[in-house]
Amino acid sequence: MTSGTAHTSVGAEPPDSPLELTVNGRPRRALVRSHHTLLEVLRTDLGLTGTKECCLVGECGACTVILDGRSVDACLVLALEAAGSDVVTIEGLAAADGLDALQQAFLDHGAAQCGFCIPGQLVAARALLQAIPEPSRAEVEDGLAGNLCRCAGYEQIIEAVLDAAERQARPAAVHAPERASAPKGPPAGPDPASVPDARVAPQ
Amino acid sequence: MRGQAGAAPGSDDRGDREIGGSPNRVGGIDRVTGRQVYVADVPLDDPLHVKLVTVDAARAGIRSIDPSAALREPGVRLVMTPQDLPRPMPRFGPQFRDRPVLAVGETKFDGDPVAAVAAETLDAAEEGARRVRIEWEALPAVSTLDAALAPTAPLVQDQALRPDDPLSGTNVLREHRYGWGDVEAAIAGAAVIVEGTYEFPMVTQFAIEPHAYIAAPDGDGIAVWSATQHPNWLQRVIASILGLPLAKVRILSPDPGGAFGGKQHAKYEPLLAYMALRAGRPVRLVLSLEETFQAVRRGASRVHVRSGFREDGRLAFREVDADYLIGAYADIADRTVAKGSYTSAGPYAIPAVRIRARSVLSHTVPSTAFRGFGNPQQIWAVESNMDESARVLGIDPVELRLRNLAPRGETFIPGDTPADGIWAEAVQRAARRIGWGTPLPAGRGRGVAVGLKSGPTTGLSHATVRLLADGSVVVYSGTSDMGQGARTIFAQIAAHELGAPLEWVTVVMGDTAVVPYDQQTSASRSSVIMGNAVLAACRDVQAKIRAMAATLEDVPAEAIAVDAGRVRLPDRELPIREVLVRGLGRLGGEVTGLGEARKDADPQHPLGGTAAFYEFNCTAVEVGVDEATGDITVYRHVTVSDVGRALNAAQVRGQDEGAAIMGLGHTLMERLLLDADGRIRNLGAIDYKIPTTLDLPVLIESEVVENGDGPGPYGAKGMSEGALLPVAPAIAAAVRDATGVVIRDLPLSPERVWRALRERDAAAEAPTLPG
Ligand code: FES
Ligand code: FES
Repeated sequence: MTSGTAHTSVGAEPPDSPLELTVNGRPRRALVRSHHTLLEVLRTDLGLTGTKECCLVGECGACTVILDGRSVDACLVLALEAAGSDVVTIEGLAAADGLDALQQAFLDHGAAQCGFCIPGQLVAARALLQAIPEPSRAEVEDGLAGNLCRCAGYEQIIEAVLDAAERQARPAAVHAPERASAPKGPPAGPDPASVPDARVAPQ
Repeated sequence: MRGQAGAAPGSDDRGDREIGGSPNRVGGIDRVTGRQVYVADVPLDDPLHVKLVTVDAARAGIRSIDPSAALREPGVRLVMTPQDLPRPMPRFGPQFRDRPVLAVGETKFDGDPVAAVAAETLDAAEEGARRVRIEWEALPAVSTLDAALAPTAPLVQDQALRPDDPLSGTNVLREHRYGWGDVEAAIAGAAVIVEGTYEFPMVTQFAIEPHAYIAAPDGDGIAVWSATQHPNWLQRVIASILGLPLAKVRILSPDPGGAFGGKQHAKYEPLLAYMALRAGRPVRLVLSLEETFQAVRRGASRVHVRSGFREDGRLAFREVDADYLIGAYADIADRTVAKGSYTSAGPYAIPAVRIRARSVLSHTVPSTAFRGFGNPQQIWAVESNMDESARVLGIDPVELRLRNLAPRGETFIPGDTPADGIWAEAVQRAARRIGWGTPLPAGRGRGVAVGLKSGPTTGLSHATVRLLADGSVVVYSGTSDMGQGARTIFAQIAAHELGAPLEWVTVVMGDTAVVPYDQQTSASRSSVIMGNAVLAACRDVQAKIRAMAATLEDVPAEAIAVDAGRVRLPDRELPIREVLVRGLGRLGGEVTGLGEARKDADPQHPLGGTAAFYEFNCTAVEVGVDEATGDITVYRHVTVSDVGRALNAAQVRGQDEGAAIMGLGHTLMERLLLDADGRIRNLGAIDYKIPTTLDLPVLIESEVVENGDGPGPYGAKGMSEGALLPVAPAIAAAVRDATGVVIRDLPLSPERVWRALRERDAAAEAPTLPG
């Protein structure tokens, strides 16, 4: 007969500790438990669920964030280690006026399938382009080697990163690719004149 | 299916609209901004967090479960044990009602939960789970085919679950036999017979989103969130287990973060439903990746293939004898065995065929659907056998396929759908693209293989389309978009048919309280069956627009045609939108269309229905083998799928290349390893490797064959699995071409290849013994 319980003696819980850090340019505070990771704090305490959780052992890259300029697996960083740091997550990637070049390139190349790995891929790609603004294909493969995609849209992801690098390096020379979502058919907003009069009161 | 077989519904004109182009994915912006909400991200008011309680054994007898220490843990609100569930234990399953909500008396696989803890925080739930005191003893377990089939093997399934089944005293869940022609005569007349046994290991789906579930009381019913591929099926399971009407069970199914078959059938949703009702609060369970490995996998197999040929290389007969190692609960595994084996003779015209396949229960993780659905195991065996046969016959492997492929229109499986594509075209294009027959550098080799899979055998999809007052469109569909891009396809169809820009189309999915019925999201059916339902709903809208136009223009309706966004009057054409706005008048409103598409069952058919279509792929590869390490480099990977019509070029490419790379995973590196007691040794991402950017072929090229000969909209066929099917035999054939070694087990890991190379060298050096 075996006993299945694993009795660990749990002493008094250490008190929660205050954490201050900058996330996507905003100063944030939280009271965190000492064993909680940066990933848990981002997702649970700060409600930033764009950063994903999969393996929790630093192998899949779904939780990739930029910590003081370096891409890290947020599941491997204790939250308190990130005190005072500057963190960029997927939510902080977009420019104020819309998608950034990487996001637009991922969209245009059909790089996101189920999308679950994509926040991690994009953040890792952002860190890569910060370090190497015009990477070779091999450098992109190396830079994203820690980010698993089971939909395996790797070719389209790599093409998107190379394209985004190109767009950033030569913004004026690059036109939106053909398949960007240029609306076809009627104009891009409802034509008020053609919409039935909304002020007619129901009878 | 209505309008099936050759007569493609929908206009054949690719037109100016979006069909066949690569518009951005509908839902793409949320996916690149982190705003896409998966089950783990759903905001909830005051949820409890759930942790499963398991024992560390493949099979254990449970003597007692004591929750008292767990209940004393701060924050723990509920410990669910079998005692807290109805008696007898409620069971469920798509083929057999054999899976209990919680294991009762005995666990049957490594990870089979015996209890679950709900607490205010995840930390408390985990601590509570550790404190549930379980008295258990390990029981003898079977985790290999040989052990499970031994006459003295312990029975995995309780015999009482299938009382009238003569096999219930064994671990064989089902035995399937198919065939035609006079095999004995064909054996006697064959010029050459080639046979071999091929093994395929357990592998796991490894969706990057681990499985997650939520349940919450919802008025006088229940709401369940699950990243399920089959929301309506789950609704039926929950309703029947809880004794609720369907209308009181609401399934919310956020887009799965990858599914690959693993998210088809209910797993822990019934448990969560009971816990939510008991706690009176929302409960959420997010499995770890390790727990996900313990929830789903592909069936392992051992397949013996025997093929007979005439002198000219034409197949005279084929015999297939397959055993699949399925898990402890049947899930949909036996169906994968039945369906994967039914087409196992391949896409060839063969006069005599005999197939036997068994699903064998074991004390392992329940195997379930996984991209390819029972076919990759068979295709690994049969196509490897074709390659070996080509050598014995002295016929080029490409030529051997071409000589035997069934031409379009030919019945190659008696009683089933005839060959529905020009399959030779895919083979010829793959061969041309890879440079088949041209010289190669030393140490390189080429291989080719084909794969065939039967599409859905039954289907039923309903769709609703609303054309709103400004000409924008809302499509309602019960399909799940798990990355294959179903939303985009439906939006493209609606945009094309109703003349709206794609940006004006919204596709609503994922809530059974809102969308009409869809049978399931599987077998690469959605573009075809739900696609046809969406098309039919658009046609319904078009018919109403036509009636409007007839009234407005005072023209008989028969004189008006409406298609591709245009209203064609006898003297002129108008955009649908213009007629709509005039027709609706001052009160506005909208025009609603309903659509249905079905593929009816055929009770006489061994699978319960004929194939709606076939997926066909030819894969040709060029590899190099490092003789010192056994490492394989894939220099080129050419994958050519017969898709009928590519409705979205970028998505088709994503599916083809993604399936190809997933196929390289089980070909080169993936395998679940069990210890002697049946527990999984390589649980999780550190020890179970899947392809990364560093494992890609140097060059991967995908092409499609488009002859518009599918039953879906505009001639489309389903296509999301084909490119995975023949990867393993193509790579193995190339390794044989490069090195001369034949390997019949997967994966073709460096170690396995290295050993095979050493054996080859040892055999070459061994002195020939006299007589
Ligand atoms: S979840 Fe952090 S690397 Fe996988
Ligand atoms: S897009 Fe699905 S895992 Fe990468």
